[in-house]
Amino acid sequence: MALLEASRIVAGYGETEILHGVSVTVDNGEIVTVIGPNGCGKSTLMKAIVGLVQVRTGTVIFRGEDISSLPPQQIVRRGLCYVPQSANVFPALSIRENLEMGAFVRDDDYGGRIDEMFELFPDLAVRPNRKAGSLSGGQRQMLAVARALMLDPVLLLLDEPSAGLSPAMTNLVLERISEINATGVAFLLVEQNAREALRLSDRGYVLSAGENRLDDAGHALLDNPEVARLYLGG
Amino acid sequence: MDAIGIVNYLVGFAIMAAIYAVFALGLNVHWGFTGLFNIGIAGFFALGAYTSALMTTKPPDPALFEDFVFGGNWSETHFLDLGIDLWFFLGLAAAAAVCGIIALIIGYVTLRLRDDYLAIATLGIAETVRLFFLNEKWAANGSKGLYRIPAFLEGWVSPEHYDYLYLVVVLVVLSALFLAVERAVKSPWGRVLRAIREDEVAAEASGKNVFRFKLQAFIFGAVIMGVGGALFAHNIRFLSPLTFDPLLATFVIWAMLMVGGSGNNRGAILGAFVVWGIWTGTQFLPGIFSDPNFRFFMIGVLIVAVILLRPGGILGEERRITRAADS
Amino acid sequence: MPTLKNTVARLSFKWTPGRITLAIVAAVLVAGLLPFVKMSLIVNGVFLGAIIALGAIGLTLIYGVLNFANIAHGDYMTMGAYVALFLLTGAFPAFGIEGEGLGPLTFGYPLLIALPLAAAVVAAGAVLLDVAIYRRLRQRGVNAVVIAMASLGVAIALRGLVQVIWSGETQHYPREFRQVFRLPLDVRIPPDSVFIAVVAVVLVVGVYLVLTRTKMGKAMRATADNPNLALVSGIDTQRVIRWNWIIGAGLAATAGVLLAVFQAQLLPIMGWRFLIPLFAAVILGGIGNPYGALVGAFVIGVTSEVSTQWINPSYKPAVAFAIMIVVLLMRPRGIFGDSG
Ligand SMILES: Nc1ncnc2c1ncn2[C@@H]1O[C@H](COP(=O)(O)OP(=O)(O)OP(=O)(O)O)[C@@H](O)[C@H]1O
Ligand SMILES: [Mg+2]
Repeated sequence: MALLEASRIVAGYGETEILHGVSVTVDNGEIVTVIGPNGCGKSTLMKAIVGLVQVRTGTVIFRGEDISSLPPQQIVRRGLCYVPQSANVFPALSIRENLEMGAFVRDDDYGGRIDEMFELFPDLAVRPNRKAGSLSGGQRQMLAVARALMLDPVLLLLDEPSAGLSPAMTNLVLERISEINATGVAFLLVEQNAREALRLSDRGYVLSAGENRLDDAGHALLDNPEVARLYLGG
Repeated sequence: MDAIGIVNYLVGFAIMAAIYAVFALGLNVHWGFTGLFNIGIAGFFALGAYTSALMTTKPPDPALFEDFVFGGNWSETHFLDLGIDLWFFLGLAAAAAVCGIIALIIGYVTLRLRDDYLAIATLGIAETVRLFFLNEKWAANGSKGLYRIPAFLEGWVSPEHYDYLYLVVVLVVLSALFLAVERAVKSPWGRVLRAIREDEVAAEASGKNVFRFKLQAFIFGAVIMGVGGALFAHNIRFLSPLTFDPLLATFVIWAMLMVGGSGNNRGAILGAFVVWGIWTGTQFLPGIFSDPNFRFFMIGVLIVAVILLRPGGILGEERRITRAADS
Repeated sequence: MPTLKNTVARLSFKWTPGRITLAIVAAVLVAGLLPFVKMSLIVNGVFLGAIIALGAIGLTLIYGVLNFANIAHGDYMTMGAYVALFLLTGAFPAFGIEGEGLGPLTFGYPLLIALPLAAAVVAAGAVLLDVAIYRRLRQRGVNAVVIAMASLGVAIALRGLVQVIWSGETQHYPREFRQVFRLPLDVRIPPDSVFIAVVAVVLVVGVYLVLTRTKMGKAMRATADNPNLALVSGIDTQRVIRWNWIIGAGLAATAGVLLAVFQAQLLPIMGWRFLIPLFAAVILGGIGNPYGALVGAFVIGVTSEVSTQWINPSYKPAVAFAIMIVVLLMRPRGIFGDSG
């Protein structure tokens, strides 16, 4: 049984429909990347899965349970966490407070988890009382991921974690993703740096205009000449 | 009350309702069509009323212990005599101009910012205008008020029939404003306003200068309110800062627009008559219903109830225009 | 205890050229005018600022989390003042709780009981109003300005209710005449003002501790900061909203009681008239920023009080309004916000 199985998702904003029946699956421990042109609905797909955008028809099954109509709070409790594309930290809160907010639904002592995050992202440990709003783009992205990891998720949804980062920083972020994946966390990624992302992915999906276009193993998509021409910049 | 008494009462009622309808139209331009949140109608009301009153009133008379320094005396100057002297309309125009200028200043400062800053700014203007006329006795006689405001076409009919004449004048002005607003909102300009109200970001993205349109709409609405204020001044013919209490100069007008149907000019006018009818009619009821405080309370409840239960008011917005804009 | 140092750090204030110019202009103005200003006006302004602060902190929290201007906030203050009046003159005497002139204060010990009770009543009322009105509108996904519109309706209804129950006449708490404290520089402080200042300091420190030390407080700040992220972090935003109303309306009601003590009278319109200083403080400090509102409140309180040395005192609200407009022109996101 797949860890996450989103089938034929139809979703949108107001009267406009953006997704016209998109399906993706993620298995335990996998890294799955979604690529596609700007505005094709990648972010909307993620928002629909975590409950920020209403799923009009279709189902989202997570660990065997239908979560398509649950509110976000309920979904994160089940171990599915999400890092949005933009505005993914609380700028007026300190680094430590951001992490505490990530653990909001935990009633146990999560101090240890914060220390683990500081070990994983040593940059954040330097001045934990610094406000997130004053961090650099890379540090902010790290904090956003760390915040989402506070709940020990089974599956992490990352929407363009490398957006706006330098190539070196991008590699660092993707490296971290592999490391975290090695501890058993599955990932569903949306990435602009499709080549780098597909390289470390088990599988990939190509979306276009709110519909599935292609899906295949990561390296197979990399080798696909059409994908290369359209989405990997030749 | 005998039959004539009832008719006179109804005529007086219709004059006030029609003046309120002018304000409701102005508010409809702000809120109904553009989504501008003006909670300081009283400020424009007072400015319009005082402007026209001061321009047309006789200069102060020391024998009457009047403190103000300027009265334009337009009603006696005969400078627009086309058979009948049209000073009255100059008064309306002056009132409109003053309100338009104040709206330009306030709008220029706040309309680029968050939506609700305008609300607070209009509230501030209303309060400042009230304090100004209360404290600056030289401007308009302070709390003693102006009480020699001239009436339009006064000698034409006998005083007991004057209200009939003034009702006609008010209805003519109301109709003209109604036609003007209808034309404006059905024009391409009006369509842009509604696009802004629905989705400001999208309107901006499609290349519209949102700030400009909002500013124009704010001025347009304020100009209409200025005219309403002038109509009011020459009807009551007595103005003091107490006249412009937020209840009867702001809140009631909001209730009128919401009840009638915001975004619908017919609705705005209908709402003015309905709410003014309820307001004045309930004073004849027994018990708590005629308590002005209770009616005050009910105005608030009415606004909330309309928003919750029937956001379109009685008539609702005219969808026809919107669809025409889509095609 | 929070130290001044980390309070400043949280505001993360940077000295940009614009701010330096502004600070110099302000410093020169203050230094130049100080010799001409009566000390008593400044002191009085600080007390007024304390009352504004209590109202403004609640207003800015609600503004930040729910994203609408609560036009009824002033009338929550009025409600607080009148609920306390009811307790002091109606309910308590029935149980023999009576008295005025506690030590140097004009009012008696019953006010100390009435104050928290009035705050609790208004807070509960605010939560009910949210469930009955605002939550429905939020669920319907209407524009924030429509919610503000509904709060205008609430404001009108509340004031009407106050007038129905207590009439529109001026009223006051049971009080006894007391001498003012006389300090050097011709400063006279009514003992009541000292009480007001103490209550305000205790509550502001309390709110600060709640916002920075408790999970719910941090969640409130987080929700104000980024509501969508709060949602996907699993923060229970319904609970956050409820606490927001409890704290915001409770502070407003307290401010209302203190205002009634400060002005030695109650009027149904007192809260509505207070809206302009409240919003001026909130906008000055940047929407959603409680520390900013605190600073803004004192700026508004002192400036409008000091202005009475040159301007007719009844123009105080207009002065607050003028300050707000100048700030909007120069720094639309408040003195601590980013410019532009
Ligand atoms: N909140 C919203 N309200 C209305 N329309 C929206 C909203 N968010 C996105 N859209 C529209 O939905 C479509 C898909 O947006 P989405 O953000 O899912 O695209 P994307 O594939 O993530 O693009 P990008 O690569 O730019 O991130 C776009 O046309 C966008 O304009
Ligand atoms: Mg996207």
